[in-house]
Amino acid sequence: MKLSGWGRYPALDAKVRAPRDNVDVQRLVVSEPTLIARGYGRAYGDSAINISCTLDMRKQNRMLGFDSTSGQLVVEAGVSLAEIIATFLPRGWFLKITPGTKFVSIGGAIAADVHGKNHHKHGSFRSCVDWVELMGRDGRLCRCSPWEDPQLFDNTLGGMGLTGPILRAAISLRPVESGWIRQTTIAAPNLAATMRQLEGAQDATYSVAWIDCLGSGSRLGRSLIMLGEHATRLELPEDAAQAPFKTKTRSMLPAPAGVAALVLNKLNVRAFNALYYRAGVRDAGVRLVDWDRYFYPLDCLRDWNMIYGRRGFCQFQCVLPLDHSEDGLSALLDEIVRARAGSFLAVLKKLGKQDSAFSFPMEGYTLALDFPVNERTLNLLNQLDQITLAHKGRFYLAKDSRMTAETLHASDARLGAFKSLRDSRGFTGHFRSAQSDRLAL
Amino acid sequence: MTKPAVLIIGARSDIGKAVAHAFAARGHAMLLAARNSSTLESDKADLELRYNIPVTLLEFDALKTHTHVEFVARLPELPQIVVSVVGLLGTQKDSEHDLEAATLVMRSNYEGPSSILAAFANIFEDRGSGILVGVSSVAGERGRATNYVYGSAKAGFTAFLSGLRQRLASRGVHVVTVLPGFVETHMTSDLALPERLTAHPKEVAQAILGATANKKDVIYVRPVWRILMVIIRSIPERIFKRMKL
Repeated sequence: MKLSGWGRYPALDAKVRAPRDNVDVQRLVVSEPTLIARGYGRAYGDSAINISCTLDMRKQNRMLGFDSTSGQLVVEAGVSLAEIIATFLPRGWFLKITPGTKFVSIGGAIAADVHGKNHHKHGSFRSCVDWVELMGRDGRLCRCSPWEDPQLFDNTLGGMGLTGPILRAAISLRPVESGWIRQTTIAAPNLAATMRQLEGAQDATYSVAWIDCLGSGSRLGRSLIMLGEHATRLELPEDAAQAPFKTKTRSMLPAPAGVAALVLNKLNVRAFNALYYRAGVRDAGVRLVDWDRYFYPLDCLRDWNMIYGRRGFCQFQCVLPLDHSEDGLSALLDEIVRARAGSFLAVLKKLGKQDSAFSFPMEGYTLALDFPVNERTLNLLNQLDQITLAHKGRFYLAKDSRMTAETLHASDARLGAFKSLRDSRGFTGHFRSAQSDRLAL
Repeated sequence: MTKPAVLIIGARSDIGKAVAHAFAARGHAMLLAARNSSTLESDKADLELRYNIPVTLLEFDALKTHTHVEFVARLPELPQIVVSVVGLLGTQKDSEHDLEAATLVMRSNYEGPSSILAAFANIFEDRGSGILVGVSSVAGERGRATNYVYGSAKAGFTAFLSGLRQRLASRGVHVVTVLPGFVETHMTSDLALPERLTAHPKEVAQAILGATANKKDVIYVRPVWRILMVIIRSIPERIFKRMKL
């Protein structure tokens, strides 16, 4: 069956197996020469595809236990963040760390060690993971945590599933008083101002900047910075305070597939960016936004990945260390403006300190962009790779679908240690994805 | 407040699990019956955690029909709704060459589910209320070379449900016949199914939920199947026998 990631590029013919329980997984791990686990297919590229055997883990989606004192939840890997929120927000709990979509599995969130708008304060997904249970090469279950086989734990967080299928995990939830976020929007006229604002917002729980990546010259890097705090019950208007976890459920709108391939051209991406910026300037200030709109603005457009048309699209996300951030970001944005290849969505975020075996985040600035797949943008992406390398940055594997092995190996000194861990445990020949083959991991 | 209990017979199947989620989400207490029911502990934990309802696991074997009356008598509480999703597809090849295998398919799709629903029918009739739901199949609408052993057993089950419905219609007990077309489940995971004709187990579960609420008699999960089956049933036998369907 044809499989692709969220970017719908590349699409590969793969054999898919959907194990129902650990016994099924064990049988497959022992009998299949190579395999990779897959959740909801929200990695953008080929991270969760193995053409000879892809394990569809969505049938393993049971919640196994919850401790309402500590907030610890034990789940199978196929449980999605959306299911966790639906179950526990009404009881006063929310995710400690969440990426920009709720339609990812716990297994996927761990494998990519996803981060959210609070990375500068609370770190990546690993900071809410108490333990992970994987299936080893020999078909045996093994549990790892910061205390139990910490080396395996460290390499599994961010290890893109290459340390074996994740079966279960314990994560900690955060108590919240409401389902609302107090959002502050600030407009910044250029890149330096944007970075200053993000720098100054280190105390905010959540912070992120949306960049108008078509602004050029003095407007290069102009942005809207969105800060957020969980609203307490007292901060809600009276009617909302009556039922603080009740927010309007948004209906899912089908995204206008294909149509948008015609619609999303240079001119109107420019217009959209300009309008969005102006609307942000007008609405600058503080307001209450429900959790769904704040954390997952795109989730209400079902299949929004169709808007780039048949050929799909690529994401580009890198992080640059602090001392190279301003130069590097200017160079990246300059290149995009010069290529006149405006990205519909460009997101900038300051990440906090993180030092882990193979996770993406490190202290510095991360920029995420998306482009339709075509010759021109593929060339542009190669240019962006080079600029990132020149500024000592690294790349987010959950977004990648087209990088070369040389680029990755030049960007990340941790590859050797990751590879030797995989070698020493017999993972290298066995737990493989189309991405790990392409990137020679 | 917890609503009256719903019993799922064959709770391990993909459709059974989806039906359990659908009713549990509406606040019904759940009784899950299956062979080796202790292996459903994770599902029990999941349903209890998500929907805050009590779940009871029950040991049940559809083929041990002599145990069925006692099974009903020993239930901790008499359910308001019983849904049978018991079934066995087998393969037509095995069923042709191995008569034991054929018998197993026939018993699993007809004798077992009919027997347990019959046991509930009598008790529901005495009580004067309740809903019995039988998941049969469009394969029972006309025998085809590719799956007539399975189909004939389902045909028997469909006829059984139809008769039961007529018998109980004036006694306050409702009977729903579910004829899903293709469903994307473990049972069919080795078959290549046409996407537009294939329902997800969640769709089947929602359809069953709707049918119990609206007292529907016979439901096809995807409406296209109703039309397809009218056509398939109306083809004259002398033409049908030469067709490859």
